[in-house]
Amino acid sequence: MDLRFPQAEPTLSEVQALDVVLAPSTVAEGWQRQHGGAHRARELRHLLLPSLHALQARVGWISPGGLGELCRRLDVPPAEAYGVATFYAMFITEQRPTRVVHVCADLVCHTRGAGALLDAVEAEFGAPDQACDQAGVGTAFWKPSPCLGLCERAPAALIVEAGDPAHEAVISMATVADISVAVRQGTHAVAAEAPPEAAVPQTVSPFGAGTTPELVLLARVGKVDPLSLDDFRAHGGYLALRAAVAMGPTAVIREVTDSQLVGRGGAAFPAGRKWQAVAGQPARPHYLVCNADESEPGTFKDRVILEGDPYSVIEAMTIAGYATGCELGFVYIRGEYPRALSHLQIAIDAARHRGFLGPDVMGLGFAFDIQVVRGAGAYICGEETAIFASIEGYRGEPRSKPPYPVEVGLFGKPTLVNNVETLVNVLPIMLRGGPAFAAIGTTGSSGTKLFCVSGSVKTAGVYEVPFGATLRELLDMAGGVPAGRSLRAVLLGGAAGSFVRADEIDVALTFEGVRAAGTTLGSGVVLALDDSVDLPTFLRRIAAFFRDESCGQCVPCRVGTVRQEEALVRLTVGSRQAHDIQLLRDVGEVMRDASICGFGQSAWNAIESAIDRLGALT
Amino acid sequence: MNTRQETSVAAPRRAVMVQIDGDEVKVPEGSTILDACTAHGTAVPTLCYGETIDPVNACRLCVVEVENNRVLVPSCSRKVEPGMVVKTDTARTRHSRKMVLELLGSSVDLSTAPRVGEWMQQYGADPTRYGVGATVAQPVKIDNELYVRDYAKCILCYKCVDACGTEWQNTFAIAVSGRGFDVRISTEFDVELPESACVYCGNCIAVCPTGALMFTTEYDMRSAGTWDESVQQQTDTVCPYCGVGCNLTLHTQDNTIVKVTSPFDRSLTSGNLCIKGRFGFQHVQSRGDTVR
Ligand SMILES: Cc1cc2nc3c(=O)[nH]c(=O)nc-3n(C[C@H](O)[C@H](O)[C@H](O)COP(=O)(O)O)c2cc1C
Ligand code: SF4
Ligand code: SF4
Ligand code: SF4
Ligand code: FES
Ligand code: FES
Repeated sequence: MDLRFPQAEPTLSEVQALDVVLAPSTVAEGWQRQHGGAHRARELRHLLLPSLHALQARVGWISPGGLGELCRRLDVPPAEAYGVATFYAMFITEQRPTRVVHVCADLVCHTRGAGALLDAVEAEFGAPDQACDQAGVGTAFWKPSPCLGLCERAPAALIVEAGDPAHEAVISMATVADISVAVRQGTHAVAAEAPPEAAVPQTVSPFGAGTTPELVLLARVGKVDPLSLDDFRAHGGYLALRAAVAMGPTAVIREVTDSQLVGRGGAAFPAGRKWQAVAGQPARPHYLVCNADESEPGTFKDRVILEGDPYSVIEAMTIAGYATGCELGFVYIRGEYPRALSHLQIAIDAARHRGFLGPDVMGLGFAFDIQVVRGAGAYICGEETAIFASIEGYRGEPRSKPPYPVEVGLFGKPTLVNNVETLVNVLPIMLRGGPAFAAIGTTGSSGTKLFCVSGSVKTAGVYEVPFGATLRELLDMAGGVPAGRSLRAVLLGGAAGSFVRADEIDVALTFEGVRAAGTTLGSGVVLALDDSVDLPTFLRRIAAFFRDESCGQCVPCRVGTVRQEEALVRLTVGSRQAHDIQLLRDVGEVMRDASICGFGQSAWNAIESAIDRLGALT
Repeated sequence: MNTRQETSVAAPRRAVMVQIDGDEVKVPEGSTILDACTAHGTAVPTLCYGETIDPVNACRLCVVEVENNRVLVPSCSRKVEPGMVVKTDTARTRHSRKMVLELLGSSVDLSTAPRVGEWMQQYGADPTRYGVGATVAQPVKIDNELYVRDYAKCILCYKCVDACGTEWQNTFAIAVSGRGFDVRISTEFDVELPESACVYCGNCIAVCPTGALMFTTEYDMRSAGTWDESVQQQTDTVCPYCGVGCNLTLHTQDNTIVKVTSPFDRSLTSGNLCIKGRFGFQHVQSRGDTVR
């Protein structure tokens, strides 16, 4: 391509930041594989997202000079790179202070006082997205954020400081004082984070009348040093991979099929069928993508696994790669998970160093390696085709299916996409055998499930239970609604899920159980709302989430999510009710029926169920 | 170059039988449902579809019902499969088309988008029922002498971006930026066109379905109230500027060239031109300089 680049010059810091990502060796490698300019550009395009991260982390924004330099080095058109940068909430294309405090304004934090917190922060520091000059802190700004995946310690905040190196820290159970310290003094003044297992109440003390179920997926969390490969192996690590290699790829897929494991990322697709479909594709190479984008409001289970037992994800991915013929796997991890990212990266580096990843895994005669790709604040990138676009260096826009990822996926090749939790289920399947795994749970839902219990319960956290437990039992495990309150409703499955009433909580939390009850498990969100919640405001937050996170590609969702939110605002003010309810239904129907992807198709689910099941807004 | 021409010279394709609104229709393998509808004589409204551009299926106006599909299917991009049962005119398709038109009409200025008014009537779309809501209204961008960009009229069909980029021009002056309702067609950092990579081929104008991209001549005449398509004449000719010999259609009003297009169905150019063919008429008429 014969591209034209902007005149603006990069600063030395920007050049150095890019040097780290685009180390001369990386570029040389790209050159070696080149067969012409356009081809070279395609070879390097996947470095766009990491390069934008590098600029943002070093100087706190994507400047014209920095973007121009990036485009020259990657041979990417500046207009396209700008289009990619502006797609992600974490990238800023106007100069801002280098310190930013993201204060969660999302569903769970909302039930835990985030509204008042945000008001107080605004009163002290002024409007969001601009320097906190009002408080004399010109080096910082704050902004409201979608769910940070820290819901068990809501309200939560995340502070990010650009520099060399950049610093990040999370704030748990944030008070105005905490936020104030963070804004004024930065990451070093933020209290240390509790260990990963603090999010798993079952690791701390037994719940219910001595009936704590055996932990399968979370067994190692809190028991091992998450950064130690040796400790992982001392606790049964890599036995599953040895078992897998002993039986061979075909048998591995058969065990996964026999286990009746279905995807935990929301769509509940049979894992064995997907693995079989990828393994059988003649086109090469095959790719594996572990979906760790986890951005559904109220979801934090994958974070706990990545922070508390990262080697299990690596081992499970290695098995999946071995069985389906992938030599390279990607973990796409959301950008707001600093500890999960660092634990995972440390674990991958250690595994590679010790020969557990690489050209000859454990001397077992097959190659497999893992690359981590960090998202940058876009919920939609969890959608499986949007993940591909994002990894490839394009805007994270979903595309129509067919073709399906198993045929045409990452870089146009057959690709296996699985959620973190789905993958780690493969370890017990290898160790116990598919049929034994299938015997756990119910006939329609095999194994154990991680539920993210949050909101109005005594002990929020990730709970692992065999399928079959009822919603009531799960809420009881979490200590139930705090004294003096009564349960109003439970949001199952997150913003894309639906509500159940307090008198419906005897529903069994199985795929068949929730289907019969007309609701969904989604990503495992169980958000309890008590009688103090302001339901219309809560619904408005759901609508705002969908408006903010729509990729903007298709009309039903791009405009529909805006009209949905506007109608909800009017309904909350209290006028034109019948008209606006009808409008919501009309807009909801076109979003569900004519949107490109599952985002638009589910953007009206929760609100519809609030109207029809809870009698909200009437 | 586009791959479209390659497919048309490839070996004859096998035929596929599909059912459109109850009738069996035979189309070549690889056709879209829209192709099959056209072959059958069934009209399906489209906005983001372009005959010379790979479909991005973003507007969702062309949706149809396909048996065994949970949701509606964009006919402009979905390929036919043997035995596919398609219904183009059902309560669901009518509702979705009406809503797409309403949602667009309530947020975008569609006053110069051909056919939209007619479809609005046909589907009973009422964009006014959303009251005062968010729109994409914004000032017209006039930053060069050849064409204006009025993104208040942009439905984000992606066609200009694809024409400027991979599909035809390979200039990549414009791209989609932002997210959600804030998505805009933009240069890097929204710099003005003369500072961008734009070479003023006007191929984006040629594919724009709404008049968001418009010749300055047309824009000025519309502003002055003198634009009148009913008295305009179209004359086919060949571009005199170089040896390629692109087909030109000169649109004239009162013996003055007011706009230049190129037929989409010519294999040589597929509607694309360069600055000389597209805007050279201004030299012919000594209307002043071209690019700054
Ligand atoms: C808008 C949207 C967001 C999604 N986000 C995630 C996510 O964060 N994590 C995830 O595993 N799956 C997510 N999914 C589901 C994926 O598209 C895909 O179905 C899943 O990763 C497949 O893995 P599984 O079969 O193991 O569940 C999302 C889907 C949609 C439509
Ligand atoms: S449904 Fe929404 S998120 Fe999905 S492609 Fe359409 S605009 Fe993007
Ligand atoms: S005139 Fe040509 S180069 Fe300029 S934006 Fe349009 S298509 Fe691109
Ligand atoms: S400017 Fe025209 S061609 Fe470009 S996206 Fe908007 S409507 Fe489509
Ligand atoms: S961290 Fe605030 S809602 Fe999840
Ligand atoms: S014309 Fe098919 S989606 Fe726009």
